[in-house]
Amino acid sequence: MRIVEHPILDFKRGRLVRFTFEGRELEGFEGEPIAAALHAAGVRVLRRSAKLHRPRGFFCAIGNCSSCLMVVDGVPNVRVCVEKLRPGIRVERQEGHGELK
Amino acid sequence: MRSVEIAVVGAGPAGLSAALSAAGQGASVAIVERDEHLGGQLIKQTHKFFGSSRQEAGTRGMVIAGRLSEAVRGNAGIDVRLGSTVLGYYSDRVLYLEEPDRLSKLKAERTIFATGAAERMLTFGNNDRPGVYGAGAVQTLMNVHGVRPGRRVLMVGAGNIGLIVSYQLMQAGEEVAAIVEAAPRIGGYLVHAAKVRRAGVPIRTGYTVKEAVGEESVEGAVIWRLDEKWRPVPGTEERIDCDVICLATGLSPLTELMWQAGCRMAFVPELGGHVPWHDDDLRTSVEDIYVAGDASGVEEASAAMVGGRIAGLAAARSLGHSEGVEERLAEARRELAALRAGPTGEKIRRGLERLQQGGEGR
Ligand SMILES: Cc1cc2nc3c(=O)[nH]c(=O)nc-3n(C[C@H](O)[C@H](O)[C@H](O)COP(=O)(O)OP(=O)(O)OC[C@H]3O[C@@H](n4cnc5c(N)ncnc54)[C@H](O)[C@@H]3O)c2cc1C
Repeated sequence: MRIVEHPILDFKRGRLVRFTFEGRELEGFEGEPIAAALHAAGVRVLRRSAKLHRPRGFFCAIGNCSSCLMVVDGVPNVRVCVEKLRPGIRVERQEGHGELK
Repeated sequence: MRSVEIAVVGAGPAGLSAALSAAGQGASVAIVERDEHLGGQLIKQTHKFFGSSRQEAGTRGMVIAGRLSEAVRGNAGIDVRLGSTVLGYYSDRVLYLEEPDRLSKLKAERTIFATGAAERMLTFGNNDRPGVYGAGAVQTLMNVHGVRPGRRVLMVGAGNIGLIVSYQLMQAGEEVAAIVEAAPRIGGYLVHAAKVRRAGVPIRTGYTVKEAVGEESVEGAVIWRLDEKWRPVPGTEERIDCDVICLATGLSPLTELMWQAGCRMAFVPELGGHVPWHDDDLRTSVEDIYVAGDASGVEEASAAMVGGRIAGLAAARSLGHSEGVEERLAEARRELAALRAGPTGEKIRRGLERLQQGGEGR
């Protein structure tokens, strides 16, 4: 899913780092949004809605709409479309409203 | 508490232009942007602007963003605050900021809100399935982060954004299954439409999405025809194979902060929804608050830049920085009128008229 060649653009990417998603180890570029790294790895379902448990992904990708809330290192309600990928972070799907522990 | 003469909220084309023109008059300026970069929506626009704008025609949006950003960074009179979200406005002219490592306050004699717009959802079955994305989101993912949104895309909306993003998707190696447009004709410029048609993408006017298909994420879409009264016609359903449904169905101004600050708001469909009432100087009903760009009414980047210039000049003038300001304002107003002249500006002209009728003055 990564764009390798583009007629106009040249992508400056950070270094390749590892992180976990639902316990599974994935790779992404440091500094890119977590949602971009997940999407590149084929992950589109980011959470489940509170009442009907419907699958949700991102929608706006610029931090406006809150469709992409996930649990990152135990913290719920993180907008992963604007939260940067750091090495070693633990990313989990959020169920419902999320819980502060 | 830090203080500044003019605070600009949002660093898209409107905010950057406002900061530059205000600082040019000698005002002290702070520009606050929640993102890590300057440029707003323009940084993902790989296509060339054309026609309308005198100076920037033929230049790619991202190049224009780069030029404006450099000018702002190089200007000693402008304090740039990235990664900082404005959370609120207090009546004693104080902005409340969430900065990367703390919450802080900023006192500003004048504030210019240039917060842009948000993409609109469309109502259809399963419209919350992962894979239903806004056109701006698709642009961000592929043009800024270099990730393909999917494999095969159904584009919804044949306005300029839908047409342009379809073309950009193909440049990124993506297949575009079709463009559906509810209206009986294509809304965008015909040059853009011709480009995607030449590439073999059908444009289906008079069609809309009935539902997204797929249990966990989008695996297809069902489209159907609309009659002359925009009612769907049962029996005309067609299944489209796609894993992304991209919505290019319009933008709504981001105006929460102006609601909160007590600006008088008016509902003007031609401007994208609720907008703050404003005068020719882009001053709102709250004397110290100005508005510019898509937040004042959804238009396009060239108008956002000129609008930003006007707001910056007028705000600086209101603080006594008036040297040469009248000529500059007059020139900017002429440019704006020229951008809005002709048939493409008709809708905006109607919207601005309605705004004045819906408003009772300051
Ligand atoms: C897919 C797409 C294609 C387009 N193509 C074209 C085109 O070809 N030609 C054209 O002229 N126009 C085009 N446009 C429209 C153009 O991008 C916009 O009209 C223009 O960017 C509006 O400028 P702006 O400065 O008002 O807002 P924006 O560029 O949206 O900037 C607003 C900024 O404010 C920031 N912000 C918002 N809230 C806060 C807050 N509370 N605190 C701090 N910062 C905040 C945002 O992060 C953003 O950076 C396109 C738009 C889209 C979505």
